[in-house]
Amino acid sequence: MHKYANPNQFLRIANPLLPWLSGLTVLCMGMGLYLGLFASPKDYQQGETVRIMYIHVPSAWMAMFVYGSMAMAGATALIWRHPLGHMIAKASAPVGASFTMICLLTGSLWGKPMWGTWWVWDARLTSVLILFFLYIGYIALVNAFDDSARGQRTASVLVLVGAVNLPIIKFSVDWWNTLHQPASVVRMDGPAVHPSMLWPLLIMSIGFTMFYFVVLILRLRSELAATKIRNIRLGQAGE
Amino acid sequence: MNYLTPPTRSRAATRKRRRLYAVLSGGAMLAIAAALVLTAFEDSIVFFYSPSDLAEKQAGSEPVKPSQLLRIGGLVEEGSVKHAPDGVTNLFTVTDLEKTISVAYKGILPDLFREGQGIVTSGNLRPDGLFVATEVLAKHDETYMPPEVADALKRAGAWKGATDKDKATSEKGKTP
Repeated sequence: MHKYANPNQFLRIANPLLPWLSGLTVLCMGMGLYLGLFASPKDYQQGETVRIMYIHVPSAWMAMFVYGSMAMAGATALIWRHPLGHMIAKASAPVGASFTMICLLTGSLWGKPMWGTWWVWDARLTSVLILFFLYIGYIALVNAFDDSARGQRTASVLVLVGAVNLPIIKFSVDWWNTLHQPASVVRMDGPAVHPSMLWPLLIMSIGFTMFYFVVLILRLRSELAATKIRNIRLGQAGE
Repeated sequence: MNYLTPPTRSRAATRKRRRLYAVLSGGAMLAIAAALVLTAFEDSIVFFYSPSDLAEKQAGSEPVKPSQLLRIGGLVEEGSVKHAPDGVTNLFTVTDLEKTISVAYKGILPDLFREGQGIVTSGNLRPDGLFVATEVLAKHDETYMPPEVADALKRAGAWKGATDKDKATSEKGKTP
């Protein structure tokens, strides 16, 4: 693993991957949007409102996936002092926060016509809101220190502490009575979503995941470039 | 305590190991703490009570006061939806297929509201057992399918979808 600790080694792998990942993002999102918004049937109960799902569910998954990645990157950085770990966590945070925001907003838009309310304080909705605050807290904390290495270490501890929220989000609908429906796709008896709706959803999810990887590589690249520039400036100042 | 570490292991490796244990044990303690807190607050995290939960609560040491705002959830019982003589109050029964509660609600019902539909309603329980609702929310379930598929399933008699019609009626048929 430490072979990739060298940023140049990382870029040697990431750079050729980037066009492929970008292409996949455009392809999957385009296909998913067309299938979800036009080609898929309406729901027997929700009617056309079901189409919000094709944005809401992938962003909810990504909100949790990005946080999980941040927690793993943070743990790797704290335990093995892997230099890329903190950088991955820091670069992921705004992406994850945006996915969480989209999830909360689209869920609210769906809730008004279906449930009859924009928001309720049930266990699922509240735990996702806490996830959003964890992202915001991380971003605030990682930028709050003059010594960036210390800021990253402290913020990574926060990410690890907050990771306890992930299983709570996932199982909130099983552990307590909630207004939010139980899991439709990742559940014991197999998906409760008809294949004509499941495929657009899965394609959208792949598109969202690829989008995260593309943005992550771009952000890491600019961060590495910024570090390089800083080091050159420091070198010049020292002369 | 350095003499306890095998000489083959470098000092850096032990430090890594120690950090790994610190993170793992911290995580484990955090998980236990979270589980304890969530169990302790179970009553406030639950979004609604089912009619059976409420009956259990009423029989317990702390029955619900009429002034206390609470939420109940369940299915709207088949054939129970009526309008009061004043024309704006909806009367219906919420059931969990074991216990039922009569609900009165003055206001506009959500689109998904119908007999057999899962709902969550907040309001007050009057001493005479009538639940006076101030809000009625429709609960959606996890099944997603096109209307044609739903119709086909109903025709084939294989329906076990959201309205729970067959479940509610067959359960009722079983009880004498």
